[in-house]
Amino acid sequence: MIHFVLLISRQGKVRLTKWYSPYAQKERSKVLRELSGVILTRGPKLCNFVEWRGLKVVYKRYASLYFCMCVDAEDNELETLEIIHHFVEILDRYFGSVCELDLIFNFHKAYYILDELLIAGELQESSKKTVARLIAAQDSLVETAKEQSGSISNMIAQAAK
Amino acid sequence: MNPFSSGTRLRDMIRAIRACKTAAEERAVVRKECASIRAAISENDQDYRHRNLAKLMFIHMLGYPTHFGQMECLKLIAAAGFPEKRIGYLGLMLLLDERQEVLMLVTNSLKQDLNHSNQYIVGLALCALGNICSAEMAHDLAPEVERLLQIRDPNIKKKAALCSIRIIRKVPDLAENFMGPAASLLKEKHHGVLIAGIQLCTDLCKASVKALEYLRKNCTDVSVRILKDVSNSAYAPEYDVAGITDPFLHIRVLRLMHMLGQDDADASEYMNDILAQVATKTESNKNAGNAILYECVETIMGIEATSGLRVLAINILGRFLSNRDNNIRYVALNMLMKAIAVDSQAVQRHRATILECVKDSDASIRKRALELIFLLVNETNMQSLTQELIDYLVVSDQDFKEDLAAKICSIVEKFSPEKLWYIDQMLKVLSEAGNFVKDEVWHALIVVISNAPELHGYTVRSLFKALQTSCEEKSLVRVAVWCIGEYGDMLINNVGVLGKEETITVAESDVIDVVEIALKRHSSDVTTRAMSLVALLKLSSRFPTCSERIQEIMIQQKGSLVLELQQRSIEFNSIIQKHQNIRSSVVERMPVLDMSTYNLKRAGSSPASIASEKATQTSSSGASIKLPNGVNNHTSAPLVDLLDLSSDDIPQTNSSTGDFLHDLLGMDLTTPSSTGKPAAASGGVDILMDLLSVGTPSVPTDVLAPDNISLKQDNTQAIASLDRLSLSSLASSTPQRSLLDSFQDPSQKTKPNPGVSPVVDLLDGFNSNDLLPREETPAFPSITAFQSSSLKITFQFSKQPGKPQVTVIQATFTNLSSNDYTDFLFQAAVPKFIQLHLDPASSNILPANGKGAVTQSLSLTNSQHGQKALAMRMRLAYKVNNQDTLEQGQISNFPPGL
Repeated sequence: MIHFVLLISRQGKVRLTKWYSPYAQKERSKVLRELSGVILTRGPKLCNFVEWRGLKVVYKRYASLYFCMCVDAEDNELETLEIIHHFVEILDRYFGSVCELDLIFNFHKAYYILDELLIAGELQESSKKTVARLIAAQDSLVETAKEQSGSISNMIAQAAK
Repeated sequence: MNPFSSGTRLRDMIRAIRACKTAAEERAVVRKECASIRAAISENDQDYRHRNLAKLMFIHMLGYPTHFGQMECLKLIAAAGFPEKRIGYLGLMLLLDERQEVLMLVTNSLKQDLNHSNQYIVGLALCALGNICSAEMAHDLAPEVERLLQIRDPNIKKKAALCSIRIIRKVPDLAENFMGPAASLLKEKHHGVLIAGIQLCTDLCKASVKALEYLRKNCTDVSVRILKDVSNSAYAPEYDVAGITDPFLHIRVLRLMHMLGQDDADASEYMNDILAQVATKTESNKNAGNAILYECVETIMGIEATSGLRVLAINILGRFLSNRDNNIRYVALNMLMKAIAVDSQAVQRHRATILECVKDSDASIRKRALELIFLLVNETNMQSLTQELIDYLVVSDQDFKEDLAAKICSIVEKFSPEKLWYIDQMLKVLSEAGNFVKDEVWHALIVVISNAPELHGYTVRSLFKALQTSCEEKSLVRVAVWCIGEYGDMLINNVGVLGKEETITVAESDVIDVVEIALKRHSSDVTTRAMSLVALLKLSSRFPTCSERIQEIMIQQKGSLVLELQQRSIEFNSIIQKHQNIRSSVVERMPVLDMSTYNLKRAGSSPASIASEKATQTSSSGASIKLPNGVNNHTSAPLVDLLDLSSDDIPQTNSSTGDFLHDLLGMDLTTPSSTGKPAAASGGVDILMDLLSVGTPSVPTDVLAPDNISLKQDNTQAIASLDRLSLSSLASSTPQRSLLDSFQDPSQKTKPNPGVSPVVDLLDGFNSNDLLPREETPAFPSITAFQSSSLKITFQFSKQPGKPQVTVIQATFTNLSSNDYTDFLFQAAVPKFIQLHLDPASSNILPANGKGAVTQSLSLTNSQHGQKALAMRMRLAYKVNNQDTLEQGQISNFPPGL
């Protein structure tokens, strides 16, 4: 099971956190500090796994961002690496060659995508296409609702004139 | 629309925060935003609620408190539209966790949304439930989720399946409700549903035996078929990862097969073929393929696979191990740990490669490899492996030394064929990593050395040599100093030279030099210094010619700012100066330390020892330190009896308090008087008695005689008599240590201002006893058993009817200082004719200024009721501002007749 997902920039800024196991607020910031200290300082040629508090943190660096997932000690680390890559590919497809800024300004979108990929710390969908389709469908629902409310408020505004 | 409440757009806020150059600027921006969001919340602004929540999420991610926005999530979730709900659920998952009470309020909205007609709204609710539901919510909403498992839409189905996993993890009792629907999910074609369904089945197997049996019966063939289909499937672009169709599905179904085949020969046999196919045909040039192979090996190791299949699996691991990719090597090491149980011979073949991995530059790989090597050690390869590891210890990273040294030590302890080898290896470890080993390690080494009389000479010489090169390794220095103190004469005379040994010529003054350096080195801590002082005291008798020089060193230490060292040097100096006649017997060699007792103590008190070590660590005043082995070498056995003395002697000694002063501080008086006693054969014992205990000499000889006899017996079986001390709790320190502490107690009290006051201090128990009314009262008055400036203890007594010998004491501890005490621990020791039973204390935290008290009840059984009065020694350990503090005392003002 994945206990949490973290996206940390090379400067140690947090870009996304998702917790599937209960960690209190204080613990969360402690975990973040601890792990960014460990992971950001590891050399480039080393393996992508860090043993931490009886769990394992699998991380991979994409450009300036570190994608980290914390899994149980007996979980398949190589598969977790694949899940990270899977996530990155979906983000890439959604944003069109994703960069850190996309994830900063559209952080909520990144969360929506993650929610279509993982639930309860388990993988939900292995098809990038399906995830993209579901996200697009929900985005268009939001758009339609916006247009509708826009037109209603327009009508009200015009009526009030 | 209120133009003032709209605030900035989300994008603008993020820009403003990113533009901040300092943390203070960022805080200011965030504060301003939070203020306007709060204002909007209190105005119940509808239009910008979702935007405000999005802002809050961003602020939350930066680490600022956002709890005030939690209710906004609930409001958005309760709204009708999809956009509001979407952001509301996201906020719920981000800002709250399952332990917050607010979460309960959302149960009803969730229930409605789970029954919504829009599949995306159902999806949102399932996602939120799956990510943060608590046990109560799991209970309440399980029926809805169960129903959704049967809906046709794959999007809802897969989400419901994963949601069920969360529910089962929170409430395992519900597992059996889900096993039917879960099994039917495996018949689906949609990969998302299959993956979620397989995952659910795996979790069900873990949660319930009944579900495991059900699924084994119904799903073994299905899972094999799924694996077959997916591994034989043609190129499928939607699921393709590096030329493999859906590695995620591969891995999950393999894991389910692992669960189903575990300890079940039939199911395992059914899987053999497909596992062999996956293990041989999967491409291993990409990570995805290796991930499948890795999972496949794990499944083969976990089920009742054929031997051929296992060989195949081990070979895959062998290939992994020689891979250049660090990730692959890491998982290989990880898996070989499990493979040891299956086929240790096969793993042994890779020993050389694994040993190389111990020296890898990657900490994760090093750690795995070291653990694996530890499992691979056996009698035959132990010598060579230890040699390799110790060689590597020399060059390894500083931060790896601790792990490595600990592992080497436990290998050496576990497998050592003989003491000589053990001592040799440990000396090597201590010379290389003496600053990294735990205290137990060098304590154990001293016990072993003490038990190997034929090696004393060799050991002390080796240590002396090692000290020339590695004088900064603190545990090496301690062991060396201890051994030099004990066996220093063997260093000079070259006693017991072993065949292989190079002889060295050491002058007495060289030996003193070494100890003096250890004493005075800047980096030495109090323990090392104190041990050095004891060693010097011992050497003063072993090398009479150096006596004067030692005395000089002692005198220098008299001015030490550390109380412990000051005290020791003054005491030892007076032994050297004034008690030539008894010195040799005082500083005799330590009796052989009892190995079995030590091992027992080590095994029994391993969790507690941490606590007690902390308790005995130097307090701010530096008054008491833990000084195992090296210091209680005065004589370990007679000290036991010292504790007993008080109880018998109290009535008599009351009359002659004046004499104590002499007995406690000036030993001249006691020495002649003790020589006269028939039983007091060893002068050293007597001195200690007089030093530490309550006025033996003033007691008529005939009263003392029985005690002395028991003293003699105890000398013969030194440690056996330890169990006399009925220690209050498991958490109390080990017997030897508490002995030591009680040994330190009176002398400590006399130290700060030698004069009359310490005597009063020591005896104030007696004095108050005198004041107490002597008449027999059925209800016993409560007493103040102990009072210092910081702490007060009162005892209330009660008797059970019909059992006059049993006294139940209710102890109440009150903190008189202005700081809270934490880790509060009360320990007590009683004479052998009393049995003590301590109940747990009401708390281990003692609030300041007497606000609230801790109570603890003790039950004492006096086997000589009516003849002897109760007496007790007690010790209090606690922490003030995380500083360890100890207080000790003797309680002898028990009301008579108990």
